[in-house]
Amino acid sequence: MMTNPTGRLTQGMFSFLPDLTDAEIKLQIEYGLNRGYAWSVEYTDDPHPRNTYWEMYGMPMFDLRDAAGVMAELQQCRKTFPDCYIRLMAFDSTRGVETVAMSFIVNRPEREPGFRLVRQEVDGRSMRYTVHSYATDRPETERYSG
Amino acid sequence: MALPAYALKAVQAPAPEAAAATEPPRTVADAVARSQVAEVLNELDCELVGLAPVKQRIRDIAALLVIDKLRASVGLQAQPPSLHMSFTGNPGTGKTTVALRMAQILHRLGYVRKGHLVAVTRDDLVGQYIGHTAPKTREVLKKAMGGVLFIDEAYYLYRPENERDYGQEAIEILLQVMENQRDDLVVILAGYQDRMDTFFRSNPGMSSRIAHHLSFPDYAEDELLQIADRMLAEMNYRFSPGAREAFDRYLALRVHQPHFANARSVRNALDRMRLRQASRLFAQADRALNADALSTITAADILASRVFTHNKTGDPHAPRPHHAVEVPAATAQ
Repeated sequence: MMTNPTGRLTQGMFSFLPDLTDAEIKLQIEYGLNRGYAWSVEYTDDPHPRNTYWEMYGMPMFDLRDAAGVMAELQQCRKTFPDCYIRLMAFDSTRGVETVAMSFIVNRPEREPGFRLVRQEVDGRSMRYTVHSYATDRPETERYSG
Repeated sequence: MALPAYALKAVQAPAPEAAAATEPPRTVADAVARSQVAEVLNELDCELVGLAPVKQRIRDIAALLVIDKLRASVGLQAQPPSLHMSFTGNPGTGKTTVALRMAQILHRLGYVRKGHLVAVTRDDLVGQYIGHTAPKTREVLKKAMGGVLFIDEAYYLYRPENERDYGQEAIEILLQVMENQRDDLVVILAGYQDRMDTFFRSNPGMSSRIAHHLSFPDYAEDELLQIADRMLAEMNYRFSPGAREAFDRYLALRVHQPHFANARSVRNALDRMRLRQASRLFAQADRALNADALSTITAADILASRVFTHNKTGDPHAPRPHHAVEVPAATAQ
């Protein structure tokens, strides 16, 4: 496929790599914690690139010292939403920065159908382009189940 | 799913211990030296006064952990020992201080990964409305992972008089994590002896999951005096020649008064003596004060205490109040 050579969603860090193992995820979390970031878990079943805000799974986790807490939260989220995209985000609360410093996908649905290019003719011969996720043709909660 | 052609092949997570464990320890001395646990134990011995049974127990636990390391190195795998503890004793007997040390010891031995102490009470675990408790407790547990969770006055978690109390929910979540994530955190419950006994009686599940019950004895008077010496030295003060005897007499009277809280009372008494010393010096407006004068606490500063006037009516031979633990030192005065 031209538009999706990897057959998978490429958003955030490490998305061109093979899926991280739990041990690797743990190391990344440790790295973030050592930098003083606050981790949070988010999930969605609408992978459109402009879908910036995913659903929060629980509160952002401030004041953690060890990756085990984040991993426990992630396992619970995986159990609850096995067919969703799940990502971990690290918030850097340094004054003046106050933004997401790391973000990577840690769970993907079994099958990722990808996106279609939608063309719309407007104003004579002008074209408008947009992308449309095949998955979102189906209602929420059924998008990756079958 | 096909891997992208440009994906890195064979990405391996480095094993966490791979770098450190060049060769497994062979002797106890080797294992002790490697974990630097001896240092912590020595510090515990030197810096904490008294508490002989507690120190002995901590040494036992440390020994077990060291031997476990050696066993693991020759391939004798055993379940990681349950390290949850309960600290019982009267106020001011050093439960929190020892818990802090415990976190360090367990960290040096590699049984907790970070070695920090998260100290909480009922308020931090129990919510105010239905559905509030579980997330609150979980959040605290997540913060404590990799270290030690110290629950002060743990018996407040269980309130038998109110059957809809949310404390029970917090206890259940605690139990679950104490059982399933033993290698992620160590829970230490602390509180007064008699109330903790009631707490454990009504929560047998909690009691059976706690392997180490340590009870902290009250300090004897000479130990309290030593504690006072150390606290003063830390604050850069010292007793004048007669003051130490005066403080000894002060302690003899104070331990029989209500609300005596061992080391904490000593600290408060010293703080009040600093106040008196300060106002004594303040009154001598024209005197040139040298370091010696500024750091000396005199007998007069101590004898001005209310304890000396107040106690004349009381019975100096009465037993100490809230005397839950039988302490040989306290009865031998």
